[in-house]
Amino acid sequence: MISDLLSMTVLVGILASGIRLATPYLFAAIGETFGQRSGVLNLGVDGQMLLGAFTAFYVAITTGNLWLGILSAMVVGALMGLAMAFVTINLHAEQGISGIGFYLFGLGLSDLLFQKLLGTVETVKGFSKVYIPVLSDLPVIGDIFFRQNILVYIAFALVPIAWFVLNKTTLGLKIRAVGENPEAADSLGVSVARIRYFTIILGGTLSGVAGASLSIALLNVFQQNMTSGLGFIAVALVYFGAWRPWGVLGGALLFSLVNSLQLWVQVLGIPIPSDIAVMMPYVLTILVLVATVSRVRAPSALTKPFERED
Amino acid sequence: MKRFRLLLTGLLLIAVLLGACQAKDSAPSAAFEDTFKVAVVMPSAINDLAFSQSMYDALLAIQDWMGGEEAMEFVYSDGMFVVDDAAAAIRDYASEGYDLVIAHGSQYGSSLQEIAPDFPETSFAWGTTVDTFGLDNIFAYEAASQEGGYVNGVIAASLSESGVLGVVGPIETGDAKLYVDGFVAGAEATNPDVQVNVNYIGSFSDVALASEAANTHIAAGADGLTGTAQMVVGAIGVAEENDAMWFGTQASQSGLAPANVVANQVYHWEVILKEIVQMIADGTFGGTSFVVDLANGGEAMDYNADYELPAEVMSLADDTVKGIIDGTITIDLGE
Amino acid sequence: MSNSSQEKWYSKFFDAALPIFATLAALIVGAIMLLLLKVNPIEAYAAMWEGAFGSQNALAETLVKATPLLLVGLGICISFRGDVINIGGEGQMIVGAILGTLVGITLVDWPGWAVIPVALLTGFLGGAIWGGIPGFLKAYFRVNEILSTVMMNAIAVQLMNFLLRGPMIDPSQAELASKIPQTARLAEAFRLPRWIPTRLHLGALIAVVLAVLVYILLWRTTWGYRIRAVGQNPDASRYAGVKVKNYVVLALVLSGAFAGLAGVMQVYGVNYRMITDGSASGFTGSAGFNGIVAALFGQLHPIGTIPASILFGALLVGANKMQRVVQVPSALITALNGLVVVFVVSSEIWRRRRQRKRLAAAAIEGEGTPPDDPPEIDISIQSEVNS
Repeated sequence: MISDLLSMTVLVGILASGIRLATPYLFAAIGETFGQRSGVLNLGVDGQMLLGAFTAFYVAITTGNLWLGILSAMVVGALMGLAMAFVTINLHAEQGISGIGFYLFGLGLSDLLFQKLLGTVETVKGFSKVYIPVLSDLPVIGDIFFRQNILVYIAFALVPIAWFVLNKTTLGLKIRAVGENPEAADSLGVSVARIRYFTIILGGTLSGVAGASLSIALLNVFQQNMTSGLGFIAVALVYFGAWRPWGVLGGALLFSLVNSLQLWVQVLGIPIPSDIAVMMPYVLTILVLVATVSRVRAPSALTKPFERED
Repeated sequence: MKRFRLLLTGLLLIAVLLGACQAKDSAPSAAFEDTFKVAVVMPSAINDLAFSQSMYDALLAIQDWMGGEEAMEFVYSDGMFVVDDAAAAIRDYASEGYDLVIAHGSQYGSSLQEIAPDFPETSFAWGTTVDTFGLDNIFAYEAASQEGGYVNGVIAASLSESGVLGVVGPIETGDAKLYVDGFVAGAEATNPDVQVNVNYIGSFSDVALASEAANTHIAAGADGLTGTAQMVVGAIGVAEENDAMWFGTQASQSGLAPANVVANQVYHWEVILKEIVQMIADGTFGGTSFVVDLANGGEAMDYNADYELPAEVMSLADDTVKGIIDGTITIDLGE
Repeated sequence: MSNSSQEKWYSKFFDAALPIFATLAALIVGAIMLLLLKVNPIEAYAAMWEGAFGSQNALAETLVKATPLLLVGLGICISFRGDVINIGGEGQMIVGAILGTLVGITLVDWPGWAVIPVALLTGFLGGAIWGGIPGFLKAYFRVNEILSTVMMNAIAVQLMNFLLRGPMIDPSQAELASKIPQTARLAEAFRLPRWIPTRLHLGALIAVVLAVLVYILLWRTTWGYRIRAVGQNPDASRYAGVKVKNYVVLALVLSGAFAGLAGVMQVYGVNYRMITDGSASGFTGSAGFNGIVAALFGQLHPIGTIPASILFGALLVGANKMQRVVQVPSALITALNGLVVVFVVSSEIWRRRRQRKRLAAAAIEGEGTPPDDPPEIDISIQSEVNS
């Protein structure tokens, strides 16, 4: 039975599932990476995702335009980000806690709007799988990598883009400086507030897209609390990835692949109780991190509000 | 000819009148002087297309049956998944003088055991279980969800061309487990060589994981899928995408995938609610447990009108239903 | 100088009342949402008040709700002062409850006066272990505690599901088809005494006593001093010979222990058995998160956390009553909960600014060290350093 796990069908299935599952984590975690790199922790990601998911779904189902749905999810996410930024940067609110507040707000509001504006569970015709001429037909590789919908590709494309921005652009340099030593950055003329506003709003926007990827691309449905804590895992993955986009990708893939693995373990009748199987991704994430003891430190200014000495 | 038509019309008229009288006589609203007040506490949202929605819809039906809002009013507290808060809600509704307080969630039982004795004039109903704790103001109700599961399994195994079926479950317990076990039993009884794969995703709300669980089944060769609880909407989408059959439970899911949903087991809690209301009208506030099953119509098979079910499978399904009702078919929920 | 002491009294009152003002502001925003739902906000909030304070029963419910918030909050006071973020309260509550319940359903032949302390202690230890693991991982493997506690929360839920539907299931349930995932009911003798006819249980009193003990721990013992020192300046502490790693672990161990105690108290004081619906918050009522907020409302001071958790408990209990009376979806209550958290957390800035002004004024007037009791000053310095 365990040997069944190594069959081609199963491996292809695990990999394809893992890539799909990783998509919302990628959007959310990359966004959070920018924020944390600039020194801000946002625990409200899940709430932003839910509001983004609902907005995208509602717009898509009423206008029939999927890209408009994505756009409105981005706007909603950005607005939540704006609120978070104001509360964090101008009011110096304790970041971990304000994040939880925004999470509860997003969770409740998305549920409320869903009940009042839509009323019933329904489906939408979301983004369909993209067919790429040669690549999609490749035997194994094609099934895994090239039969996904466009948001999956965008999510993965974000990783090198984020890496490039953070490490090869002046903006990235400023972001990192603000996160490591805001006083020094400030004295060099970098507006700490402006950078942090940018990263937090960017994070919110991407969280909104993460939610939209669920409701109008991968699942084509909205349900209350459909993210089920996904946003918190995404934040945790930023730590796993040591604040590097490629690390975050690794974390998202590890988590998602083990998740799809445990589903197969159950299907193949391997005698592990279902609850223990479900635990696997969480346990493994911790174990991998323990095994790869990292010398990387967090951005020094993470969670510490900055005040200019005038 | 004319006389015959007159006779027919007359008979029809009498039938209609009788029918109308019948309906009026069934509703005991006359027995209640004031508005019959019902309160219900539920663990999830009233539009979850699953557990809570089925009770909400049933209460609407009861309200209709009793004669509208003047005869019966009901209030609800949804999303009460915190047992503690639900206990406070139940107690509060009872002390506010509601005639019937429904605790629609198996996790509420413990709290009910304490609250009910404090309110002997209030009738409580608790689902899904058969335990009334020996108290005379608690009604218990349960769904024999394995029955509809069995029928679904029979149909699925008959229609499946690949011989592989997939089940997506939330947590391996209670109502969910009953349904899943029934489905497996029904499928295996119909086709001993059928392969039914089951995975439990460990959550009632993780739609994305449910979707991937369904993808796992498709990749394993399943051409028929089923599942239970609200996160199952993710799995239905996968069935639609891969042109697989879907079998639903707890509510009619045909609307979500008209081309793929074959049949649903729908709950009609109103069947037993009517009996409960009648008993309360007669002065009994509890002490009995009810089961909704195929026999009393509390569970019913709802076939998707848009799905062309071959005649012989349809009659096999009907025979199965009959067999379960008259006891010739026993469902083996083997451990 | 009576003038400045009068001022001080007034200032202190304002600072303490700040969370209340912030809550009111949040409720005003909530009123807008209520109006959009065609609900009369006055009627709604009157119901909320009544639900929280309107009767003996209501007050009892508020205190019952506040108890786990206080206990978790005490743990958070300890951990935050050690500069460790513990968002693993949910999982720690669950594990504490599991182990504590195990005591009660195994030692059925023991007398109540023996079982209750043993059970509570076991719950305390269970939470300590579940908090200690992330602590250990942070200190010795540099695994960030946010990651480990989020993961541990999820693992605890699955552990609870597995045990409650399997090895720990109520024997009578195992027979029935319904198989509700719950343990057997605790014997009458094992339950925490209650203030009949309400649900107020002994745990509330225990929690208040513990608050005093935590205050003593943090400000009157070496352990406490070192935890705070490590939290404020780990490098200086290391230089001074304090084994920083140990105190990081200790902070999480203690924090987890209090959460574990909150969990076992829910079982022995409120529910009398452990039940799962598959989620963490179904059992905890999100006390693992709300306790963090309560601690912050109380300025991370153990004594301050007492009124803070009562206020927060009142809010939650009152909101549920409001839901019942005006029949709004409970989703609105969740959103309202979030608004209150955001507003209160945001209002802190005024308290800090005023504190700083007071310090500056005191320095100018040459009063030397301000004569306030040490904890007050500690807090402001704490937030100075952390700002």
